[in-house]
Amino acid sequence: MSATIAAEAAPQRHAEQAINTSRRPRRNRRPLTSLFLVLFTVAWVTPLVGLLITSLRPRSEATRTGWWTAILSPWSSEWTLSNFGDAFASLDLASNFVNSLTVALPSTLLPILFAAYAAYGFTFLSFRGREPLFAVIVSLLVVPIQTALIPILQAFIAVQELTGIQVVGTYPAAWIVHATFAMPLAVFIFRNYMSTIPKALIEAALVDGASHHQVFWRIVMPLSTPAVASFAIFQFMWVWNDFLVAYIFIGDTRPVLTQALFDLLGQYSEGWQQVAAGSFITMAVPVAVFFTLQRYFVQGLTAGSVK
Amino acid sequence: MQLILVAFTVVVGLAISVGLYFGLNAVASRAPGPWKSRLQPAVFLGPVIVIVSLFQIYPTLKTLYLSLFAISGAEYRFVGLGNYRDLLSQGSFGQILLNNVLWLLIVPGATVVLGLAVAAFGQRVHPMLSRCVKSLVFMPMAISFVAAATIWRFIYAYSAPGQPQVGLLNSAWISLTGKSPQAWLTIDDGHLNSLLLMVVVIWLNTGFAMVLLSAAIQSVPEETSEQARIDGASERQTFWHVVVPQIRTTIIAVLVTVLITVMKIFDIVFAMTGGAYNTSVLGFEFINQFFTYGNPGTASAVVTFLVLAVVPVAVYQVYTYRNQEVLR
Repeated sequence: MSATIAAEAAPQRHAEQAINTSRRPRRNRRPLTSLFLVLFTVAWVTPLVGLLITSLRPRSEATRTGWWTAILSPWSSEWTLSNFGDAFASLDLASNFVNSLTVALPSTLLPILFAAYAAYGFTFLSFRGREPLFAVIVSLLVVPIQTALIPILQAFIAVQELTGIQVVGTYPAAWIVHATFAMPLAVFIFRNYMSTIPKALIEAALVDGASHHQVFWRIVMPLSTPAVASFAIFQFMWVWNDFLVAYIFIGDTRPVLTQALFDLLGQYSEGWQQVAAGSFITMAVPVAVFFTLQRYFVQGLTAGSVK
Repeated sequence: MQLILVAFTVVVGLAISVGLYFGLNAVASRAPGPWKSRLQPAVFLGPVIVIVSLFQIYPTLKTLYLSLFAISGAEYRFVGLGNYRDLLSQGSFGQILLNNVLWLLIVPGATVVLGLAVAAFGQRVHPMLSRCVKSLVFMPMAISFVAAATIWRFIYAYSAPGQPQVGLLNSAWISLTGKSPQAWLTIDDGHLNSLLLMVVVIWLNTGFAMVLLSAAIQSVPEETSEQARIDGASERQTFWHVVVPQIRTTIIAVLVTVLITVMKIFDIVFAMTGGAYNTSVLGFEFINQFFTYGNPGTASAVVTFLVLAVVPVAVYQVYTYRNQEVLR
């Protein structure tokens, strides 16, 4: 139906548009599309809303009625903040938050350092085998951690037995694994970005007597800050939300927040209100990072995939 | 106190790494004549190559090797393809492979379709609304898989018939059909529970697809759509026949990225069903075999299937990359 109407209106529309194209803004504020998007978004965030409401209800209510009833009759429902307090204690938030931070910071900074150096090498140094080597790095982007997990664990255990230094169950074990698997992506993103820096700038500095190392720290790195920032945010959030690596390489000695939440989830029979509160607490940091630094996060994603 | 210790460890770790590079550089600068420039690539690329070889390439190859053994404790017994034969003869493993195929077929496609829809519609409404919608659709990306599992297990929650339902799905089910509540995550008829898990992953990744596709749509030159409209095409025709073909590379890039994510799935299955009721996938079964059953050999065989699935994707990545390099 809309097609025929559109066909009939076409000649007039063409005339209008041919005249107005350059002046009228592209967006047409279509009401039907807008309504659809609004409804879609409401449905989209419903799971989160449900969880939020549940986290504010006392156990007696949360186990008796669905959270939607609380929305429909907010005045006659009981609300409480005590679940957050309980969850704080169950998650052992104070120490586990620090654990998560301890894993996430070096796991973000280390790959940036290593990958930046490598990206510089791929961009500004010429040597035999440069392109094939980069192709190898690109191909490693797809390797899942599971494929390397057992031998890495075995290696760590072997080192432990050989030297008596504990490896599995410590932070460095997680740092190494996270850093390694972030490197292909980081090298890829940084190299793409660094190749947009004018080579003339580098050559001028080299001619003036600077070493590559100096050029790296004084010229290229400062200019690459946007790419570094984007990747840093992306990687930090990824590691903060990680479960598998922490579960296997750190274990129960110093659990991170995702592990703590997983244990809390196992207790849902006690009532979802506490699990709900716990989830929100663990989501606080990444969601805050997301909203404040959204622009860089998006840049980081598009840098890696869109040409 | 713990905080100070932690800060100390972090700073030391970073200092060592930076020191490594300065050390390498110092050594290379002192090298005689022609060696000085020959060693530069080693300084810059050496550490990354060493780390990646040591912790990614070598372990992957070793895993393939381990899959040829039956391993218990410290005892290694060569069985050749025995592990594979055992796996393939188990009906449950066939189901796992089927699950993986379903995941790979459904999730990337659905994610792209939804992401494209939101990106396309977002183009045509008020910019404020568009920004708001996109932010909210994108937000689940910030949530950990475990938190997402929490959220959605709550939606799928089941209470015995006659008991008040706290799960949204069951409540809607009862109101709409009047039938008794279901323990949704346990129903594997038609792989329903796996589909429910897929919904979670689609929910998590659509934002990613939307962001990339939105950027791609906006980078399509206006003139091409204008020309189409002047030639008499409707909005829908313009979109499908002019805009979409021009963002083909991005669509494929998104499909591939989500595909890779789907192949790695572990957390969602682990946190939502523990792999029970026929929801297991390769990424999960690997952990299952290794930790629960203590079978590194079988686990390695399981993950080798994953490697086999990943190789075409890796080849494709390199292929597209080389093509783009040619255009550069």
